[in-house]
Amino acid sequence: MKLSGAEIFIECLKREKVDTIFGYPGGVVLNIFDLLYDNKEIRLILTRHEQGAVHAADGYARASGKPGVVLVTSGPGATNTVTGIANAYMDSTPLVVFSGQVPTPLIGNDAFQEADIVGITRPCTKYNFLVKDVSELARIVREAFYIATTGRPGPVLIDLPKDVTSGKADFMWPEKVHMRSYNPKYEGNRWMITQAAHEIAKAKKAVILAGGGVIHSGGHKELKELAEHTHIPVTMTLMGLGGFPGTHSLSLGMLGMHGTYYANMAIQNSDLIIAIGARFDDRVTGKVDTFAPHAKIIHVDIDPTSIRKNVRVDVPIVGDVKLVLRDMLKILKETGKAQWGEIRKSWLKQIDSWKKERPLVYYKDDFVIKPQFVVEKIYEITRGDAIITTEVGQNQMWAAQFFKFDRPRTLLSSGGLGTMGYGFPAAIGAQIAFPDKLVIDIAGDGSIQMNIQELATAVINKLPVKVAILNNQYLGMVRQWQELFFRERYSYSHLDISPDFVKVAEAYGAVGFRATKPSEVEPVIKEAIKIKKAVFMDFRVYWKEKVYPMVPAGAAIDQMIFEEEEKKPEKKLKAVK
Amino acid sequence: MRHTISVLVENKFGVLSRISGLFSGRGYNIESLTVGETIDPQISIMTIVTTGDDQIIEQITKQLNKLIDVIKVTDMTELDHVEREMVLVKVSPKQEDKAEVLRLAEIFRGRIVDSGPTTYTLEITGDEKKIEAFIELVKPYGIKEFARTGKVAISREGVKKK
Repeated sequence: MKLSGAEIFIECLKREKVDTIFGYPGGVVLNIFDLLYDNKEIRLILTRHEQGAVHAADGYARASGKPGVVLVTSGPGATNTVTGIANAYMDSTPLVVFSGQVPTPLIGNDAFQEADIVGITRPCTKYNFLVKDVSELARIVREAFYIATTGRPGPVLIDLPKDVTSGKADFMWPEKVHMRSYNPKYEGNRWMITQAAHEIAKAKKAVILAGGGVIHSGGHKELKELAEHTHIPVTMTLMGLGGFPGTHSLSLGMLGMHGTYYANMAIQNSDLIIAIGARFDDRVTGKVDTFAPHAKIIHVDIDPTSIRKNVRVDVPIVGDVKLVLRDMLKILKETGKAQWGEIRKSWLKQIDSWKKERPLVYYKDDFVIKPQFVVEKIYEITRGDAIITTEVGQNQMWAAQFFKFDRPRTLLSSGGLGTMGYGFPAAIGAQIAFPDKLVIDIAGDGSIQMNIQELATAVINKLPVKVAILNNQYLGMVRQWQELFFRERYSYSHLDISPDFVKVAEAYGAVGFRATKPSEVEPVIKEAIKIKKAVFMDFRVYWKEKVYPMVPAGAAIDQMIFEEEEKKPEKKLKAVK
Repeated sequence: MRHTISVLVENKFGVLSRISGLFSGRGYNIESLTVGETIDPQISIMTIVTTGDDQIIEQITKQLNKLIDVIKVTDMTELDHVEREMVLVKVSPKQEDKAEVLRLAEIFRGRIVDSGPTTYTLEITGDEKKIEAFIELVKPYGIKEFARTGKVAISREGVKKK
């Protein structure tokens, strides 16, 4: 029996076990939307902007490990997804984005709502397809899901011309995907892994640098076992947080530009770095020439291009983190020393003294809310049992520093692209994946306004997402740079008048709270958690608070600036316009 | 250093832009690029000439391999191989220089593929040095038009690299 393209689309999603998609309708995708109207198995979450749809699908995917699916229309619908797609690409989130396209005979004619979305997204997707013939559709959808979820995951876009969705073909679902040009490699090279084990056994001052790959591969248990077995401390990139328990005695927290003093010191003084599923981003390495000058580097990554891209590598291992760590552990246990603890003693002692020398701190205040205090309170009250999303900027760094992530997939944050406006829709996606979990977006007053329209999505779908707005009236991170490096010339970083977030929440049918004093923080958080509705919490925080420690751009990561010099907020603050 | 990289790709639309986009997006340099079908019409072969230090070339080959449509990447520079390119040159020599131009073509084992009242179109095939040398020699006689294929390369059989 022949099915229409739209029917094939639905059939394919069922085969891929997709029950939730995020999207927005429009002219050329109406054939599909018509079928979704009374479909009981597939629910479409109607966002209020296509960017929100992609971020929500991204949050859904990161929280659940399943691919996120998006359906939008052609032209502006498609171009609005670009930021979301680029964001997913940088952070390796598996997404399949379906965009409508004008009918094939009109392609290239500058038709109404036509955009060359395949051309536009070519550099920011793992792969993309233009379906030219309805008979190819099932195979393409199958391949798209396969490509998105295997190897290093990433977004895949399928452009669906209107006549393809109405055209008819036999439905043939390929059970197996065979692509001669795409065969991701999962098993690491045995010899290389043995080499790595030798280096680990030899090293006196080793550090594990764990990245997002640990989470993607589900290798967090193996990582913990490796660290505990060999007594090697673990530092994490932003994407790696949660891949190793943040409360573990071997955890050094995050490294890099706003990483902990002890993580950066450990890296710089180490004789061996075991990088696992991390790609040595410039925010991690600081000035590359001065990065870990005495260390040999073992680099495990499923993407060969990540290896030796930014730093020299002594033992490259291409493969899946989980499998490589499994093999590595096996070798270490067979051949390794029983006295790991003895060997690492002086190194761990050194790290301990760094921890004591400069712990992660901020200075509390009785009158003004410190943003770190809010994050800390959220952590305390939730006991860490929540999915945290962040926006981008100071809010993101404070969340990374002061919330301890013990489990993978509990921090969803835009790492690579650094997309303001990611956190709120991502929280919506995560809440849809886990309706009973507590999901909190730690936001800034700037970022939240980038996708604030999604509050409607949260309210209508009865999603009890919480948003903690660290409201400092500024684009805080920009302001911080301007204060430190641009002689306090706050060029266009002052937001001046923000909306009344409490009233905004109420206008959308959500709940709004405000805290202006430190003593109000805890009651507000507790109340917000109690209410089974979407809540905006407007925390009026100290505007001049900065994220410390900080490695200035272009410096080595052990050349950090600390907060000492301003232990107390100045009482007479200069009014800045 | 200059490298000649041979890339087998799926013969699909958009492949060329994926490859060229990779080079432009990452700031790699393409000196020449040729594409043609192989004996399997579903597969095309591209020959790309590029320059960069070892690290860049390593990244280029890895990034090419990472593209979904790429089947195989071979850095010809590491192998014993043969390279050829072809150039078509339309020259308009003065009457008294015509014989000299034809002689040059002969020395370079070129062919005359077209002639007009005042022009000859010459076809020269060879490695890059030969092509460059020919162009230099013929330039003084007046090159009117000029078309060059870019390099193709194939590995040599039976001779092991020392």
